[in-house]
Amino acid sequence: MRPFGYTRPAGLAEAGTAAAEGATLIAGGTNLLDLMKLQVAAPERLADIGHVPGLDGIEETETGLRIGALVTNSALAADPRIRKGWPVLSRAILAGASGQIRNRATTAGNLLQRTRCPYFQDPASACNKRVPGSGCPARGGVSRMTAILGTSENCIAAHPSDMAVAMVLLGAEAEIRAAAGTSRRLALPDLWRVPGDQPDEETTLQPGEIITAVHLPAPRGGAVQAYRKGARRNRDAGTGCLARP
Amino acid sequence: MQITLSVNGETRGLDLDPRVTLLDALRDHLRLTGSKKGCDHGQCGACTVLMDGRRVNACLVLAAMAEGAEITTVEGLGSPEAPAALQAEFTACDGFQCGYCTPGQIMSATGMLGEAREGWPSHVSPSLAGPVSLSDGEIAERMSGNLCRCAAYPSIRQAIAKAAALPDETVAEAGE
Repeated sequence: MRPFGYTRPAGLAEAGTAAAEGATLIAGGTNLLDLMKLQVAAPERLADIGHVPGLDGIEETETGLRIGALVTNSALAADPRIRKGWPVLSRAILAGASGQIRNRATTAGNLLQRTRCPYFQDPASACNKRVPGSGCPARGGVSRMTAILGTSENCIAAHPSDMAVAMVLLGAEAEIRAAAGTSRRLALPDLWRVPGDQPDEETTLQPGEIITAVHLPAPRGGAVQAYRKGARRNRDAGTGCLARP
Repeated sequence: MQITLSVNGETRGLDLDPRVTLLDALRDHLRLTGSKKGCDHGQCGACTVLMDGRRVNACLVLAAMAEGAEITTVEGLGSPEAPAALQAEFTACDGFQCGYCTPGQIMSATGMLGEAREGWPSHVSPSLAGPVSLSDGEIAERMSGNLCRCAAYPSIRQAIAKAAALPDETVAEAGE
């Protein structure tokens, strides 16, 4: 890993300021630390928000559920309300990673995890997402796990999250706090950009913005929910995922 | 930077580079070499420890991030004189060959049995409603974050199944 500074913001205001000043936020770290070891990611400063209070609960709201950004993937999949009312979300989460990873991985971190495209993860390869303008060897290369829809000439990487597939289907919204302290809600599909000609720009988040929660609307009554994933092994990112409410 | 870790009930102060992972802090700085470094990327599970009672990959946690948490390693689980239930069953069932993955397997199984007791479903659970029945397939799926290069999987699953069948309090003691 490249050297970095480490701080623990006490609250969201401090975390937002750190992020606006260029610090990279870390909570579970299961994806970011892996990429730092590969030197695909080399942040100069880490702001560890894993202990910021008030972000690790699941609350019932007038319209559904509010899932705190730091709720672990394990806790979310095991929550009795999710298992009963939004079972496709439990199933999607349990279809990915391992028990150890799910115990650390957080809700917001899962949404913001990086692609598993092998060229992105290999600093010796060209990759327009990692080094803009360097090219995309995945086109015509090893592309078993890359995207079919939403690709561009510059990038064919897929988002690896199982959880996000179910959340998009369920009409989830991200609750986002700006460094100035204001809050906005964003339908999840609008959180991510398709690669286009700027594949290094992955989300629509502004500098200093932090995802503080995900809101799930009430489930549609009487619907049968299911999640199906095609992958070589369950722990791999899916090569194809289907979910229906 | 100064970091205080609480490991197996003992508080230890360390002066570490922020880059040091929890795994390297345990092995190289606290000389607790039971937790093993296999892949160092969260894929093999050899470094599994409990963090506030939950199994995690110690290679994917910075030591600095673990400050304030209670860490349990295989050294804190039992002793040769008084092994934890899972340690005794791994020995009785020959749940290993070279033994390199074993501490991680045992720590992961300790966490996994706790998750099952709490009714957490898995990818292969027929129903999300529970209760959890630890079939061979359930154990295999729940232990899929721990690789065994010798492929001692049948004996590993047998050892875990036998420990799971013990009265709750016996296994619970192993998790404390």
